[in-house]
Amino acid sequence: MNTGFGILSLVTFFPLLGALAIAAQNREAKGNARWIALYTTLFTFGASLYIWVHFEPGNAGFQFVEEMDWLGGSIRYKMGVDGISMLFVILTTFLMPLCILASWQAIEERVKEYMIAFLVLETLMIGVFCALDLVLFYLFFEGGLIPMFLIIGVWGGKRRVYASFKFFLYTLLGSVLMLLAMMAMYWHAGTTDIPTLLTHKFPADMQWWLWLAFFASFAVKMPMWPVHTWLPDAHVEAPTAGSVILAAILLKMGGYGFLRFSLPMFPLASQEFAPFVFTLSVVAIIYTSLVALAQEDVKKLIAYSSVAHMGFVTMGIFTFTVQGVDGAIFQMLSHGIVSAALFLCVGVVYDRMHTREIAAYEGLVNRMPVYAVCFMVFTLANVGLPGTSGFIGEFLTLLGAFRVNTWVAFLATFGVILSAAYALWLYRRMMYGTLEKPSLKSITDLGYREVLVLAPLVLLTIFFGFYPAPLLDVTAVSVKKLVSNYEAALKAASVLNVR
Amino acid sequence: MNELMSTYWPMAPEMVLVVGAMVLLMLGVFRPETDREAEAIGWLGIIVLGLAAWLVIQQPGGTQELFDGGFLVDGFARFMKVLTLIASAASLLLSFDHMREAKALKFEYAVLVLLATAGMMMMISANDLVALYLGLELQSLALYVVAAIRRDDLRSSEAGLKYFVLGALSSGMLLYGASLIYGFTGSTSFASIAAATKAAGAGQNIGLIIGLVFLIVGLAFKVSAVPFHMWTPDVYEGAPTPVTTFFAAAPKVAAMALLVRVVIAGFAGIKPQWQQVVTALSIASMGLGAFAAIGQTNIKRLLAYSAIGNIGYAMIGLAAASPEGIRGVIIYLVIYVAMTLGAFACVLSMRRAQGPVEGIDELAGLAQSNLAMATILGLLMFSLAGIPPLAGFFAKFYVFVAAVKEGMWPLAVIGVLASVIGAYYYVRIVKIMFFDEPRERFLGVQAKAALVMGLAALFVLLYVVWPAPLVEAADAAAKSLF
Repeated sequence: MNTGFGILSLVTFFPLLGALAIAAQNREAKGNARWIALYTTLFTFGASLYIWVHFEPGNAGFQFVEEMDWLGGSIRYKMGVDGISMLFVILTTFLMPLCILASWQAIEERVKEYMIAFLVLETLMIGVFCALDLVLFYLFFEGGLIPMFLIIGVWGGKRRVYASFKFFLYTLLGSVLMLLAMMAMYWHAGTTDIPTLLTHKFPADMQWWLWLAFFASFAVKMPMWPVHTWLPDAHVEAPTAGSVILAAILLKMGGYGFLRFSLPMFPLASQEFAPFVFTLSVVAIIYTSLVALAQEDVKKLIAYSSVAHMGFVTMGIFTFTVQGVDGAIFQMLSHGIVSAALFLCVGVVYDRMHTREIAAYEGLVNRMPVYAVCFMVFTLANVGLPGTSGFIGEFLTLLGAFRVNTWVAFLATFGVILSAAYALWLYRRMMYGTLEKPSLKSITDLGYREVLVLAPLVLLTIFFGFYPAPLLDVTAVSVKKLVSNYEAALKAASVLNVR
Repeated sequence: MNELMSTYWPMAPEMVLVVGAMVLLMLGVFRPETDREAEAIGWLGIIVLGLAAWLVIQQPGGTQELFDGGFLVDGFARFMKVLTLIASAASLLLSFDHMREAKALKFEYAVLVLLATAGMMMMISANDLVALYLGLELQSLALYVVAAIRRDDLRSSEAGLKYFVLGALSSGMLLYGASLIYGFTGSTSFASIAAATKAAGAGQNIGLIIGLVFLIVGLAFKVSAVPFHMWTPDVYEGAPTPVTTFFAAAPKVAAMALLVRVVIAGFAGIKPQWQQVVTALSIASMGLGAFAAIGQTNIKRLLAYSAIGNIGYAMIGLAAASPEGIRGVIIYLVIYVAMTLGAFACVLSMRRAQGPVEGIDELAGLAQSNLAMATILGLLMFSLAGIPPLAGFFAKFYVFVAAVKEGMWPLAVIGVLASVIGAYYYVRIVKIMFFDEPRERFLGVQAKAALVMGLAALFVLLYVVWPAPLVEAADAAAKSLF
């Protein structure tokens, strides 16, 4: 075991250094701020790839563990990754340079502050996935609210103030109860060390309350129906890169939280609440898909489709099967790439036309062929077409659900059909038809910077659609351990009950 | 002579303050009445406060008693005294520039601050009902005068009078409670009272409990806990801003320390009885602090409600009545003092050519005209809202941890919900500074205010990196009470 700082802390805190460097720059030197932010995020991505290369997929425990005295008592600074968290770290570091690039020209005002906010946010997001101590986790989890609040509120659209407050207060309200639950766990187990807590057995009635408190937080973050209403507002008002981070990473913290805390720490309560979660998931999949059909705003439509896709994730997680959980993780990663790409695509036309109304666009394929191809790939991935990464996740979660509860799987399948309806309809309305609006006549195709941003996403979407093994291999052992521990805990409890 | 010195050594810091105040008074009277002289006396006052703090730190560990146990110096007292002295010195430092611009720089202010601080030190060390009352009155009388220091200003005079009338009422209640306690236990010393409360049937002794309630009510006035908070918003708004700064920091620490010592050391035997009272005060303060601040338009009034809410959170630790809880109270007060001083340094910097302004709307767009100040005030607001990783989160963390350990779930749940509601108005200030269109610029921030707000922001931001020293010191201080 490594004590003191190591590579994980470097990856986590390096963006902060970049933020400090930007803070030292002159306010007028916008270029400096952009380049420093880009180099910082690229370096962070490189360092995180180093972790991925040296990650042992056969080891189900935590790797690259670092530990230090911190708050006193048994609350320590502890970081580490396992198969579940590894890929989220990579997803975060991978998307950040793209976000910086996507904001290159879109953000002209207060560039310095913008870049600082993004780099601070990156540190906090990576920290969430690496933290191996409850208090440390909470710190990163909640700390992210500050930069995101500023990003939406300062650089957002017309209703940015409303959206930023809604985002901030909704998520804060969800999380404070989790904080109390963490304190209760601390006094019961005598530690906030996550690896220790994973093997700690909480009494069944206590699990029930703890599960609910954690659920309040993760369900809002996820977001699950009916506490999803902050998401469309936040997405619509946030600047493009802010929407990307929200959809691709912040939402995944909810799913990650279920996998890291709810399932392994409160197995009995998870079992008891599974039908409840299934119900909410199915409602989310069908209801929000229908809502998406009625949207006039491109970003809002994608936001609702995100809620629907997250429904598949919660459904997969609470099947407690290897396929379901694997599928949920894959779905989160795939959605991280695809929804990020869709928001970036919307950003491309928004930067040109400054409107997000679907009706304002038509026949873009005539003027923007390259753009139309990219958008097509992501639309199909969003639908879950075989051959794209979206398919693997949905298929695996449905497979898991089918084993556990046929009706849930049956109903959730309608979501796939509905998603095809809204996504393809959106595509038809924006891309096809004759281009007659005079405002669109002079629209230009992707610039080299935009190609640079979208190309890796296109490649990954198709690559993981055909060959998902690199991702599934990383998660496999950890997920197996998670599921077998879960089943063992249930068995132990049922033996006790029989006696 | 030597014997005298060693006997009274535990009181040396208080004596330095009182003698220093007298010397400064003489200096002020016999030197010419100019701003320069007044500021010099203010600086001397800061030096005296610093000297007293140094003497407190130099005192040997363990517990010393004086005056037959009426005056007590232990780890808890030393910690709180240092905190009080720092708060007094910082608020005195912040007063010079503002008072000079308002043409109200008077040497009496420094003298009164020293006397009030001497009273606070007495309160912190009080181990007897009589000593408690003496310290409290020495502090209060100086504070009444300080609130009305701008005697030709209507609002300042009103604040002083209001504070005096309500403060006198609370002192009366406190005295009545003290007399009942004396009547039913036969002693004014905390140690004897504690022995009496531990006797069988003390919990059913109605007279003792009524006396305790009156005593707590009297002190609740001083810490401005709901429903005894009515004077706070008016006095905060009416008093000159440097005076408000002083009111918000040092006296709160002293009164809270006194409350802690009275109930923990004096009434250990009837813990459940006073826990109920403190819990009720805590819930009411958090609730009112969260809701009443939402509609405020004056930043000083807003900070008054914020102070009320913060005292409510600190009281969660007291309600837990465990060493962890008291540790939480101590850490809370340290972080609260830092945040309050920083926030008021920002309020003092809200000046335009036509004079100081106090409306929250005046902060609009500050991020574009003065990013450094907006960032600092923003950090302090997020910290007051309790958002990690800022220090304000840890302040709440420790008191909630203690409450959860004692199984006080209703208190803890109400507390966190109130903190979410409270977050709204703190964050609203951030919104006004960062999201809104800029107004006319403020004048440049003065060096002293910049120093205080910079230190406060650094403390709030970097506490997370190295929290252990404060936690350990607070732990040791809390254990000395049990």
